[in-house]
Amino acid sequence: MKRIYNVLVKNQSGVLCKVSGLFWRRCFNIDSLAVGETEDNAISNMTIVSTGDDHTQEQIEKQLNKKIDVIKVKTFDEKEAVCRELMLIKVKYTRDNRRDIIDNCAVMNATIIDMGNNMMTIQICDTPERCQIFLDSINHIKIVEITRSGTVALTKCREGIK
Amino acid sequence: MNGADAIVKCLEMENTEFVFGYPGVAICPFYNSILNSNIKTVLVRHEQHAGHAASGYARLTGKVGVVAVTSGPGATNVITGIATAYADSIPLVVITGQVDSRLMGSDVFQEADISGACESFVKYSYIVRNAEDIPHIVKEAFYIAGTGRKGPVLIDFPIDIQNQKVNKFEYPDSVSMASYKPTVKGNIKQIDKVVRELRKAKRPLICTGGGAHLSGAANVIRAFAEKHRIPVVSTMMGLGTMPSEHPMFFGMVGNNGQAYGNRAMNQADMILMAGARVADRSIARPDEISTNKILVHIDVDPAEIGKNAGPTIPLVGDLKNVFTELDKEDIRPATQEWLDCLAGYRKEAEEAKKAKADLVITPGTVDPTHFIHALSDAMDKNAVYVADVGQNQLWSCANCIIRDGRFFTTGGMGCMGYSVPAAMGAKLAEPDRQVVAVCGDGAFQMCMMELGTMRQYHVPVKIAVIRNNVLGLVRQYQHFTYKDRFSVIDLSGSPELESIAAAYGMKFLHLNDEEKMEETIKAFLENDESVLLQCDVDPNEVA
Repeated sequence: MKRIYNVLVKNQSGVLCKVSGLFWRRCFNIDSLAVGETEDNAISNMTIVSTGDDHTQEQIEKQLNKKIDVIKVKTFDEKEAVCRELMLIKVKYTRDNRRDIIDNCAVMNATIIDMGNNMMTIQICDTPERCQIFLDSINHIKIVEITRSGTVALTKCREGIK
Repeated sequence: MNGADAIVKCLEMENTEFVFGYPGVAICPFYNSILNSNIKTVLVRHEQHAGHAASGYARLTGKVGVVAVTSGPGATNVITGIATAYADSIPLVVITGQVDSRLMGSDVFQEADISGACESFVKYSYIVRNAEDIPHIVKEAFYIAGTGRKGPVLIDFPIDIQNQKVNKFEYPDSVSMASYKPTVKGNIKQIDKVVRELRKAKRPLICTGGGAHLSGAANVIRAFAEKHRIPVVSTMMGLGTMPSEHPMFFGMVGNNGQAYGNRAMNQADMILMAGARVADRSIARPDEISTNKILVHIDVDPAEIGKNAGPTIPLVGDLKNVFTELDKEDIRPATQEWLDCLAGYRKEAEEAKKAKADLVITPGTVDPTHFIHALSDAMDKNAVYVADVGQNQLWSCANCIIRDGRFFTTGGMGCMGYSVPAAMGAKLAEPDRQVVAVCGDGAFQMCMMELGTMRQYHVPVKIAVIRNNVLGLVRQYQHFTYKDRFSVIDLSGSPELESIAAAYGMKFLHLNDEEKMEETIKAFLENDESVLLQCDVDPNEVA
């Protein structure tokens, strides 16, 4: 079962290592991890997506809370949150498939942000599920490089909306 | 004042009595500053034992034990001491020297990333980057180590910061950390639930773990059990919560425990698991423990509750606080029948043990269970018994009589070589108390260099080495699991212990005859002097 953890941590060196080390040591799974500063530059927000049964999910929350650099842990389902992922994909294009790629981008709200003679970089910022759909839609094209930010998420503004 | 002076000043503010350690260049400014202080230093013979000695000291005093070692190999050697303290929840502050902060990360001589290496064995770690931060770092370190679920805290201290000038030294009065506020008081609603269930219980049982000692709750739990007539069992780390001969104490539980203790656990309809991890050695099937009973799990560490067993009633809090609150209620469940039943089980087991006592003992050896029983029986009422790891530990747990004294062992980490340094730390803490270390010949050879420390600092610990010239517990395992296909358990190259004792100027005694047990133990315990007692046992003895 997928679960998202919003973890507020002290913004100092070594904290990322301590948190990721905890997942490694306790054999917890990390599907994705994204870190950035919050409005207070002394505090960072980590969004961790993990898959595990109820017992594992409870332990992840408790073990995170036990870490002294962890200020607060909030945990929720994908349905209770707005989730986004940023993906950059560098692809090889030809005269023949160029139009096809542009069409795909238009359908999925992806944008072409860089272009060379035979390569272009596409940006898509969407839910992790739609990012994957887009990726599948261009699987016939030669992908050169790909980078994903990992999921970032915030709980929905209106409680109880799923 | 420089950084090293500042850290010594902080230790004084924390009423540090002893620093156990081993110097090297990277910690020399600290050891230079400590010369100006009344804090006593103890030069151990291996950094690992600095951790164990500080552990013995911390366990007996309830204070935070302090260790200071150098960078690189000094720091990596202390890791086992730190990991042992972490597994047993012992409060330590470990200061490691570090190379110049401007050179950190460049693999210079004796550099080790000790805070990285120790991350999963410490409660918290600091790298001091600025000498002005020292007062608040040390204050926090002691606070974190000694509160909540106790444990070791590491302070990595680069040599240039030790030498850096400190312009202003102000030691904070208190600590306030947004991210660390242990729950000490038990939730009133949860306590009410426990009281309601306890009143209805027919076969209630308290199972105490190491937390009972760490929170200083042993007396409170004992008084609670007596007043409300609830029987008590202990895990290995909880031994000593109740005197061994107390009519309401039913032994140690687990795969190395007493059968009647385990029967009590199985048949209870309600268990108060108090400061115990519900770990594999205590509870064979933790996931099944609450199937036919109400399991109340009381622990100061919320992460322990539900980790190995799902409790019916979770209760986060410090045991002393929780049992003081519980004791205010009129509970007194009707337990006479249950107590009689458990007393019957115990009697059965004792009779079976007596029957075994008549068995033939191999000539030239003694029965280790007889020895431990007789030794602990003859010890002072308030003595400290430190068991090492291996068969000696299991024989000790099952046969040691604890009255008003303490029983130390490393039940969490199971680190061989713990007994002698830990006993040394305990004896330094309370020189007037009798302290006895019991170890096997394997564990003894992992820590026998500390005889030098004992001699140098006049620490008269009594050491009993149960000798069978093999790694007994591994041999026993290979006997049962691999049908006597013994592998790498032979210790036949071991030294003559008499010569070792002579080399360190210690009195030596040799026991290999049951007839002479009483007089040998008497000679072992008389006078407050270091004695090395070799007790020969048959390698075929199983624990």
